[in-house]
Amino acid sequence: MSAVTVAFEKAAADGRAAVIGYLPAGFPTVDGAIEAALAMAHAGVDIMEIGLPYSDPLMDGPVIQEAVHRALTGGVRVSDVLRTVEALAGAGVPALVMTYWNPVDRYGVQAFAADLACAGGSGLITPDLTPEEAGPWLAAASEHDLDAVFLAAVSSTQQRIARVAAACSGFVYAASLMGVTGVRDAVSREAEGLVGRIRTATTLPVAVGLGVRDGAQAAWVGSFANGVIVGSAFVRRLLDARDQQAGVAAVTDLAAELAAGVRSPAARDGASP
Amino acid sequence: MIQPNGQAPTRAATENQPDITGHFGDYGGRFAPEALMSALDELTRAYESAKADPRFQAELAALLRDYAGRPTPITEIPRFAAEAGGCRVLLKREDLAHTGSHKINNVLGQALLARRMGKSRMIAETGAGQHGVATATACALLGLDCVVYMGEEDTRRQALNVARMRMLGAQVVPVMIGSRTLKDAINEAFRDWVSSVETTHYCIGSVMGPHPFPAMVRDFQRIIGVEARQQVLTLAGRLPDAVIACVGGGSNAIGVFHAFIPDTAVRLIGCEAGGDGVPTGRHAATLVAGSAGVIHGMRTYLLQDDDGQTLPTHSVSAGLDYPGVGPEHSWLHDTGRATYRAVDDEHAMAAFSLLCRTEGIIPAIESAHALAGALVVGRELGPDALLLVNLSGRGDKDVDIAARWFGLVTDNAAGDGAGAGGAVATTSGGAGAAGGAGAAGSAGAGNGSGAGDSR
Repeated sequence: MSAVTVAFEKAAADGRAAVIGYLPAGFPTVDGAIEAALAMAHAGVDIMEIGLPYSDPLMDGPVIQEAVHRALTGGVRVSDVLRTVEALAGAGVPALVMTYWNPVDRYGVQAFAADLACAGGSGLITPDLTPEEAGPWLAAASEHDLDAVFLAAVSSTQQRIARVAAACSGFVYAASLMGVTGVRDAVSREAEGLVGRIRTATTLPVAVGLGVRDGAQAAWVGSFANGVIVGSAFVRRLLDARDQQAGVAAVTDLAAELAAGVRSPAARDGASP
Repeated sequence: MIQPNGQAPTRAATENQPDITGHFGDYGGRFAPEALMSALDELTRAYESAKADPRFQAELAALLRDYAGRPTPITEIPRFAAEAGGCRVLLKREDLAHTGSHKINNVLGQALLARRMGKSRMIAETGAGQHGVATATACALLGLDCVVYMGEEDTRRQALNVARMRMLGAQVVPVMIGSRTLKDAINEAFRDWVSSVETTHYCIGSVMGPHPFPAMVRDFQRIIGVEARQQVLTLAGRLPDAVIACVGGGSNAIGVFHAFIPDTAVRLIGCEAGGDGVPTGRHAATLVAGSAGVIHGMRTYLLQDDDGQTLPTHSVSAGLDYPGVGPEHSWLHDTGRATYRAVDDEHAMAAFSLLCRTEGIIPAIESAHALAGALVVGRELGPDALLLVNLSGRGDKDVDIAARWFGLVTDNAAGDGAGAGGAVATTSGGAGAAGGAGAAGSAGAGNGSGAGDSR
């Protein structure tokens, strides 16, 4: 059982959704990202997604593109991503890697899975790899006891949702709106319906991502999903900070707000923000 | 390929078709966001149905004939061929198609398909601007909204095509991120499509992207080779010894190659952009110097570093300045049915000049790479050889770059262009194209009239 699965079970036992935070490795620096991620976990983020910076992030909006571009310009390597995961896992923080497929393909699927497992990582989230092309990765994930998290989309047919859910381990990532990453004023109204459709296909936890930015939205999403994924809002705070210390303080504040949100009464009665 | 459900595809890839999940051997497939998978399935179904629908085929054939000007002629070019070891060289004149390149063949097909699927908006990426112009044209013709993404760097080197697209009613969006060239325009078009897929068709301009695009665009372009094969037989009484085309994404090359694939005696030769020379690393010769990986929704050869990051590319030709290549080319490369070589900026520009001066035809700089390849292949095969070269586009859009390269204008007369470089021979060329390469520029300028002897 992966650390991610344990974290979902612990949150469920508390009667709340898990908070999942995203940061790309290497931004603002490798050590700076590790410090920020540890601070987020300390302030109430249950699971960390570590982005593997990639030159062609076609599912990401401007905020994450900018951070990833700076990480790459700063010289971040795949080995730094694994080092980031190792630092988190060593501190007891469940960590997944979110990556476009080519860097893993280039590294070698088997080698990447082995090294990720060795670093204490829980698995991969793959925004441009669907189960159809995932044969070698699913075999490697199974061999190294890693979670394979695929995305389900609002546009997915029920047949596709069933196929995606069947291939997932750890949890199912519900991409709740049609678009790229980035904060939105409102989480898509279609999120709840998508989670419901995924639930008919699996007993795995379902986490909602794309567009969540604050405690009130987290509370609402937490009322119908097992996990709330927040990425761009954290990255935005690091981008806006004048220095590392201010960045860490800003992501700590947001983590605490999200953690309070999923524990609030609104998260139990499902009031839409 | 491994199928997650444990079933083998029910139709294996043959020389003419990918398997049912879009694989040409190990290449192709679909590496796309889940949000697009339903749209790709819808497109696959719509295309299969249109392909089998005589009314769709008749409407497309009529547009190609009455609107695009097909069939395009073939032209024998003996004065040029004298520099190619004295063999015979025939040009397939895609430059004479409406909008000035082969791109219109694919765009008319996809625009009819978009209408058939009930989409009111079409988006496209463009490098040199030829696909963008063709898309804007088809959208004007069929009353579709049109948005074209173009790298900011390319909007400057191809300013004339930006104006053409806007004249045709399209919105041109300069892409200001990454390398600001074709690959970034493709990223941005995908980002638009993920958000707009219900109303929008993404009209990909080459034989690339996730299935069904590589096979579908190939089918729309294969008319080039179907016509040319018959025309060569009629003119020369035999098949050519070699068919030569430039390769960026590879749509004009697949288009002219495809009908010849079963003719195993016919060499199929793709010419990639060698930029400043493959050893310099400043090039876009994907099959010559790249390795297999995943980019823009497909498994294919690409130019990447040890971490799988896409490498920057360079070519004097914006249309070939792309780090990937269509998956069917990767397959043809691995099987050996087609071979690929790099043509550097200097030799491409020399061939460009030679065709202008010997035949009175100004080619697109992209197509000039194929002409340079023909000069080499002709000498390799000897005076009895018969070569077919796909002249994929005309060079009007490239006049500014070429004028700078050859030092034919002064700074003031050259207009805005790429800005930085001077227009005199000593600093021309590469600076006008992509910010550098002064030495190659000077050499190219020196070869203006005797291009064929330069290598």
